[in-house]
Amino acid sequence: MITSRREKIIGRVILVVLMLVTVLPFVSIFVTALHEPGSYPQGIEWPETPHWENFGLAFQSADMFRLLGSSMLIELGVVPAAVLLATLAGFGLGHLRPVGARAVFIVFILGLTLPFEGIITPLYFQIRDLGILNTRWAIILPLIGLFMPFAVTWMRANFATIPRELSEAARVDGATTWHLFWRIHVPLSVPAISSLAILLFLWTWNQFLLAIVLVADPAQRTMAGALGAFQGRYGTDIPLLCAGSLLILTPTLIVFLVFQRKFVSALLQGSLKG
Amino acid sequence: MPTPATTASTGPGAARPRPPAPGGRARRRRAGGSLLAYALVAPAALFYAFFVLRPIATSVQYSFYDWNGVTTATWAGFDNYIAVLSEPKLVGAIGNAFELILYFSVVPVAIALFAANLIRSIAASRLATAARTVLFIPQVIPLVAAGIIWSWQLSSDGLANQILRSVGLDALTRAWLGDFDTALPAVGVIGAWVQVGLCLVLILAGMTRIDASLYEAARIDGAGPVREFFSITLPGVRQEIAVCVTVTVISALASFDIIYVATQGGPGDSTLVPGLQIFYLAFFEREIGTASAFSIVLMALVIVVVLPLQRLLRGRES
Repeated sequence: MITSRREKIIGRVILVVLMLVTVLPFVSIFVTALHEPGSYPQGIEWPETPHWENFGLAFQSADMFRLLGSSMLIELGVVPAAVLLATLAGFGLGHLRPVGARAVFIVFILGLTLPFEGIITPLYFQIRDLGILNTRWAIILPLIGLFMPFAVTWMRANFATIPRELSEAARVDGATTWHLFWRIHVPLSVPAISSLAILLFLWTWNQFLLAIVLVADPAQRTMAGALGAFQGRYGTDIPLLCAGSLLILTPTLIVFLVFQRKFVSALLQGSLKG
Repeated sequence: MPTPATTASTGPGAARPRPPAPGGRARRRRAGGSLLAYALVAPAALFYAFFVLRPIATSVQYSFYDWNGVTTATWAGFDNYIAVLSEPKLVGAIGNAFELILYFSVVPVAIALFAANLIRSIAASRLATAARTVLFIPQVIPLVAAGIIWSWQLSSDGLANQILRSVGLDALTRAWLGDFDTALPAVGVIGAWVQVGLCLVLILAGMTRIDASLYEAARIDGAGPVREFFSITLPGVRQEIAVCVTVTVISALASFDIIYVATQGGPGDSTLVPGLQIFYLAFFEREIGTASAFSIVLMALVIVVVLPLQRLLRGRES
């Protein structure tokens, strides 16, 4: 490719500017978190004496251990179940393709663009009638259902791309459908399944609307829901709010940085298919 | 006939070649396979039907009643829909959602296109790889966190005003989220900040797939950078643009988290959006009927706006 030196320099400058715009807000809340609790610092301003203990204070007031535990319980309830259900359904619709599979698939696709606010009102009454309001099940069970359109579409697309010759050959060798699924299709689908698990993990962790509507106690919510409650309680104490927000963000950021390549490709594929 | 129970219980050792049954074999397998396939789809379909389709149906039902959630509901006909489409406050919320499309969708996609075009030649460099990670952070954190972080940046003592003061533009400083004129654009800035990274990385990936020889040919023919952009780059990333627009437009029309923490819809109703209005109607004003009618209108709006975009997306695949 013919490219001039000047183009490359402009490209680098643009990249650096974009990265700065992305990172500066984080720097700002980090610096602000070090100010004296209850004070009103300016934008980015290093405090005279950094109050590192704010993080400890926020850790205690936010009850971080319980929040982390609650979020993990919700993740454990949602992600394995949703991935399993979607894998089975994806295999059924994408590989076995029974009569009418197309119609069933279209019904799933209809849910892809559904805004959660669209069903939150009746969902509240439905969850109340089930008697699980204010428990973690109130978040877990609806989320599995709400993830199905995307998850099934995703797994169906995956199973549809596995070469048919492979399955034909296995059939000729006498493999049952179970064998075909477990020994051939699932091993070939590990990348798709793990990407799906990452996406669902992230979307569960960040789920806010269901958490604030269906669960009153922040300690039973997702991380994002708990953050909303934390803001409600400490909204006036800027340094403490910043420290708490950072703490609540940290687990996500760590998981992201560890699995960054996987995350980026999963999110890219996710938006391409969704 | 393989039912889920029997196939599941035939362990690895049970694989025996079936006797060939020429003629009827294919058909029989198809009928049995159908049953098995539906048994595999059933659990996912049940969850979906019970927690998504059923609430949608109930929404439609509620939307024709006047109900406070406690006492007996009374039939209201289309009154709730008329309210949603005529009460200034509710219509205003829909208008705000459409204005947010400008900030959540048009601005990030435009920035991403512009930047990606300039970055294209160094897309494989180490700096660009690092940028890919950094620019993705806003996509990974909860939207609530983005809202909280930016509420602080846009407050009267925040970073935005600090920067303005440092360049002598004191007159422009204000509480950006608390001002009737700037609250909605300020919320828009938060959305743009969240979306631009995704759009950039997506579009950049599309650009690097464009055949480099096209550019060489264009340069030999004497095409300038502008011409090159419009006749090679833009058509080459049409699909990626459609994806970005679809994702970001939905995030604008269905926005909730950011606005809930940043402005709660205020000041006045200047940042009220359908998602927030539904939440208020259902859980504070106890107008279940109107909230449900608004939900149906919102779902319809999203589909009406997104479907043409999907067609554009498919246009290239076929």
